[in-house]
Amino acid sequence: MTGIIIIISVLSILLIGSGIFAIVTKNLLHAVIATGVISLALSVLFFLLHAPDVALTEAAIGVALTTIIFIIAIRNTTEKEDDGKRVKKTDKPEVNKVN
Amino acid sequence: MIKKIIVLFILVVVGIFLIEAFTKIPFGVKRSGVSDFYLIESPQTNKVANVVTSIVVNFRGFDTLGEVTVLFLAATGLGSILYRRRKKKFHEARVKIASSRILQIGAQMIFPVVILLGAYIFIHGHLTPGGGFQGGVIIATGFLLLMISYRGFSVNHRTISWIESLAGMTFVGFGLIGLIKGTTFLQNFLPTGELNNLISGGIIGIIYVAVGFKVASELTGALDTFLLNNKQVTHLEDEE
Repeated sequence: MTGIIIIISVLSILLIGSGIFAIVTKNLLHAVIATGVISLALSVLFFLLHAPDVALTEAAIGVALTTIIFIIAIRNTTEKEDDGKRVKKTDKPEVNKVN
Repeated sequence: MIKKIIVLFILVVVGIFLIEAFTKIPFGVKRSGVSDFYLIESPQTNKVANVVTSIVVNFRGFDTLGEVTVLFLAATGLGSILYRRRKKKFHEARVKIASSRILQIGAQMIFPVVILLGAYIFIHGHLTPGGGFQGGVIIATGFLLLMISYRGFSVNHRTISWIESLAGMTFVGFGLIGLIKGTTFLQNFLPTGELNNLISGGIIGIIYVAVGFKVASELTGALDTFLLNNKQVTHLEDEE
């Protein structure tokens, strides 16, 4: 019984840690991988809490499909998050050229 | 700075009210008798071992039809916005660099196993955890593996839309037969058989197989459309 409690607490710490990392990091690819890790930990948690149907859904959709779709979106846009500063109108064409 | 303080203040207020509300809800206490009904009826009347499948496909079958419709509309909208018919050589521009030999051989070896796992999950949806949605997504990821490892691989969208339409029509058709033969839409009119057998549960197994085919074809088409529609392809088209 204590073994399961230890596993659940480790998984919860992993889940919260990768959630905070996904918010803090500026590299979008790292953030997407962190959300994949969240889904993985969450699906193991669901399985340990006797919900295998939900665990299967989370593993198939959260880990594989959502991550892949985000990676495709990142490939077609930029990898770095912008720092939230407003771009002046005169700078705009240069910004588009970089992309 | 003041914006952040306002955001924090609102978060704290919302959190306090949520904690207040959640502590008032009794945890682990029965509040309605419907769960007992499901737990007793699904092995006895429907002869379905997996209670979740029994609820999703039979007791709440109409909701599942709605979910399938939402997925269908999403895939249709995606296709109508992004999909364009292209020549053969544009398919090869999907991946910028050709993938390595190791990935190609590995994908070849894993692909049949992934398809088999997906089919197993939706065929045994009424016996083991999982069902049409999960199995369909697993099959779609198998096709995705082939798409990213082989540059020339592309799925036939005409075949995919045929499979999708036939599966959807099977779902609605069995529901309508239930309405004609029995009293309600999606009524379980077939003989239910023995508990824990592969052929049991009446229409539940058939409908989950149809849902599996539908989800797999929709997601495969959507992923193919996504992967085709990228910058390299549009650059190539501009040069033409």
